Amino acid sequence: MARTALGAPVERREGLAKVTGAARYAAEHHLSGLAHARAVPAGVIRGRITGIDTGPARAVPGVLTVLTHENAPRLAEPDDATLALLQNPDVPHRGWCVALVVAETPEAARAGADAVRVSYDTADHDVVLAPGHPGAHEPEEANGGQPAGHRHGDPESAFAQAAVRVDVTYRTPPLHNHPMEPHASTATWDRGRLTVYTSSQGTSDVRSVLAGLFAVPVDRITVRAEHVGGGFGSKGSARPDVVLAALAARHTGRPVRVTWPRRRMPTAVGHRAPTYSRLRLGATSDGRLTALLHDVTTHTSPVRSFVELAGTTSGVMYATPNLDVVHHVVPLDVPSPSWMRAPGEATGMYALESAMDELADELGMDPIELRIRNEPDREPAGGLPFSSRHLVECLREGARRFDWHHHVRHAEGPVLIGTGVAAATYPVMVSPCAATAAALPDGTFEIRVNASDIGTGARTVLAQIAADALAVPLDRVRTEIGDSDLPQAPVAGGSSGTASWGSAVHEACARLLNRLADHTGPLPEHGIGVRADTSGRADADCPYARHAFGAHFAEVAVDTVTGEVRVRRLLGVYAAGRILNARTARSQFVGGMTMGLGMALTEGSTLDPAFGDFAEADLASYHVPAHADVPDIEAHWIDEDDPHLNPMGSKGIGEIGIVGTPAAIGNAVHHATGSRLRTLPLTPDRVLTALNAR
Amino acid sequence: MRSFDYVRARTAEEAVEAFTTHPGARYLAGGTNLVDLMKLGVERPTALIDVSRLPLDRLEELPDGTLRVGATVRNSDLAAHPLVRDRYPVLSQALLAGASGQLRNVATTGGNLLQRTRCTYFQDPGKPCNKREPGSGCGALAGVHRDHAVLGTSPHCVATHPSDMAVALAALDARVELYGPEGTRTVDVSDFHRLPEDRPERDTEIRHGELITGVLLPAAAAGAPSAYRKARDRASYAFALASVAVVIRVAGGRVSRVGLAFGGLAHRPWRARVAEAALLGEPAAAGVFASAVDLELAAARPLPDNAYKVPLARNLALDVLTRLAPAPAPL
Repeated sequence: MARTALGAPVERREGLAKVTGAARYAAEHHLSGLAHARAVPAGVIRGRITGIDTGPARAVPGVLTVLTHENAPRLAEPDDATLALLQNPDVPHRGWCVALVVAETPEAARAGADAVRVSYDTADHDVVLAPGHPGAHEPEEANGGQPAGHRHGDPESAFAQAAVRVDVTYRTPPLHNHPMEPHASTATWDRGRLTVYTSSQGTSDVRSVLAGLFAVPVDRITVRAEHVGGGFGSKGSARPDVVLAALAARHTGRPVRVTWPRRRMPTAVGHRAPTYSRLRLGATSDGRLTALLHDVTTHTSPVRSFVELAGTTSGVMYATPNLDVVHHVVPLDVPSPSWMRAPGEATGMYALESAMDELADELGMDPIELRIRNEPDREPAGGLPFSSRHLVECLREGARRFDWHHHVRHAEGPVLIGTGVAAATYPVMVSPCAATAAALPDGTFEIRVNASDIGTGARTVLAQIAADALAVPLDRVRTEIGDSDLPQAPVAGGSSGTASWGSAVHEACARLLNRLADHTGPLPEHGIGVRADTSGRADADCPYARHAFGAHFAEVAVDTVTGEVRVRRLLGVYAAGRILNARTARSQFVGGMTMGLGMALTEGSTLDPAFGDFAEADLASYHVPAHADVPDIEAHWIDEDDPHLNPMGSKGIGEIGIVGTPAAIGNAVHHATGSRLRTLPLTPDRVLTALNAR
Repeated sequence: MRSFDYVRARTAEEAVEAFTTHPGARYLAGGTNLVDLMKLGVERPTALIDVSRLPLDRLEELPDGTLRVGATVRNSDLAAHPLVRDRYPVLSQALLAGASGQLRNVATTGGNLLQRTRCTYFQDPGKPCNKREPGSGCGALAGVHRDHAVLGTSPHCVATHPSDMAVALAALDARVELYGPEGTRTVDVSDFHRLPEDRPERDTEIRHGELITGVLLPAAAAGAPSAYRKARDRASYAFALASVAVVIRVAGGRVSRVGLAFGGLAHRPWRARVAEAALLGEPAAAGVFASAVDLELAAARPLPDNAYKVPLARNLALDVLTRLAPAPAPL
């Protein structure tokens, strides 16, 4: 049994606790003397606070105090300036926190927040993104050292001379992560020691940030996130809630909880920045790419530079002697953008894979054949050989399962049916991680690592990894995660959590086996434990380009009466190394594809040109797909044996599901209607307008 | 924290009495909209008069064939009622096109009629809205208005009425039964909701203290071919971008009775009287339908981002009209 733990469809270990309500989330820790805090959002877009009248708020029964930039404890300057809260009178965007009301009850905190009177000097604002915006600049690096451009050959000339050309611009709107569990933190200081319960994708990182902000050693801070109700990137780093809770707790001397109301999330916890992607594809008449130019325009906030790196995947996908990837970033007076599931990949591959479909059309070539014809033998931008690449196999397997080659566009009365395909990719990332493994006298094993389970099943898959490494049955392994007092671990993000944590767990288990082999006699009372740390190896340069690949297929029905697009079938095939848990992996793939369906058809936030925030502030107006939108989704994978990854042989699977789905759906809409829509989401207003323009 | 009184009424008389003795009161039934608005700070009632337990939860057939729907009949029960499904399919379809299963199980007939617009400016006390705060301006005009009205708008308000049910009721010539301090009266559903004009804070013609006690479905519309069709951003749980309710009888190839109403286009369910007049007595033919609907929609005054609603509404109306009243087969 032991050797079969990895890959098996093992059920989530915390499933029962979650469905029975026993699992506690960040706002469900009831500390003695708990106070509640509510943020006051800026009611202007850009300006400077000239005065805050907190008197009426402090007069509200139950209000303990009102924190503003005038009286809040000073924080050290953070790397992420969105966390410099209540430190100065500047208002960089609407919704910025200008005061925090702390009260005995959530109701009193809210009444107090409504009573705070703020006056401002306001300045002109600009929240409207457009290509060619005079404020645009071209970063060489972004988001902590990632390259923001690449160029080889002479792309402009090659494009100009190409026999077949596509020159198109695709547009994606701001999008919001909107995890089920809103951001929340509960903080308490006890004799200079800070304990925080928060909703985060990585509490080791949150601990480091808090240590810096409050000038407290990390060993005097504990950050816990036992269960997290989704994040999709919006909890990938410390966000304002955790800083405000710690700030208010320090100021009042009481435990303080900050919960972010759903309506405040769009301006406070990040969004996927909108993109314009201009794609220029030049090809020979037999479909070989001679030039690929991907020019992205996106926005960031004045507070924090974050770039939606939508062009990066264009340096991964297809062989071309001439390549140009460039990002133009426009700082606007908008809330700060941040990570959202497949940041850059989802937006960029929507554009590239749609443009490839247009090129296939121009060539009169099957879009799968076009992709196969441009399969590179090395990563085009980096020049490294691939550790493994089975995109072609995914396309072929998907085509077989989807019956791609027998699909013809047709009509069912006024409803047009079409099919589309798109490729997907996501990089393999891994970060250093520590873990311990212990053998206990009762025959069980304990794994400790500060992994985060944001709904993915991290506890479960780490137990599987340990059980296999130790060659013991799964039920003899316990995993302790979600607490920064555990061995330090990286964030559940970048589809790298399982690889990073699992590598450390695997190594700890291997060391433990060695120790046990040397041990004779019964185990001591506290067992035998070992520690592993993958620093220096997990982050070492790799001589291979490592990426997961996939193929997405969609069948859509377009109602010509209403312009409504409904997906009938979605099918994904993935090559993502070894799949470690068939059940939770399928859930990740299907979840990603569902989110991609939302990106294609229903989801979008509208920056209000007059008010500077997003028009959609709740889940009635921000349309994530309802069950009725998701009729039939299949996720499959091919066996991929890649020795250049990690001891498990796995690639990340949390994000690739969203990557190709929007293009596959958009391509299917074109197939069905003959209309090429280049702005997401494909809502009835846009589709009907395009149909009427035919 | 805002405190408010709570009164549970046992009869309509008790409810009206409680309402009139509590200035700033609101009637509470299913609460699916009112409670949301209270959480948002848009509604700040001093008292809630709970009418959800009034003995108004039944459907009854009156001697003249009218079907009387009690005001507290739940949306899901109304949609599923055999007499409604049989005689007024447009109503059943409209109800099932609205909200979600959970909401329909709680929402009432009276409450559905009185729900407020979902205009995002109306729902955000941090922004101007003449409906919420008369004189503060309309945020949607220069802001985001893709979902807003194209018919019967005013410079003060471009909000839409969100109900699906009310659109079907308008097409059916249903009447709203009201009970208030001055007694009982009935109002045509088509006249019950107002256009914004310069008083967008008033959604309906309801008088102070009046309570909806029921809705009357006329016998004349019973059994007539009818249907509801709605276009929306996702397959469920989304308000209408545009919708249409049609009730039509054809005799001898000519339209002998027609009720046509649009949803999602105006501050009220838009009864298409112009189109109806153009259709009555005319041949049931696609060209006739198109001219009539175009005549109605000629009054549309779209904003920059909601012009799509005009062709969308046209398509919906023509689709349902031609489906319900197909051209007679050639002899």
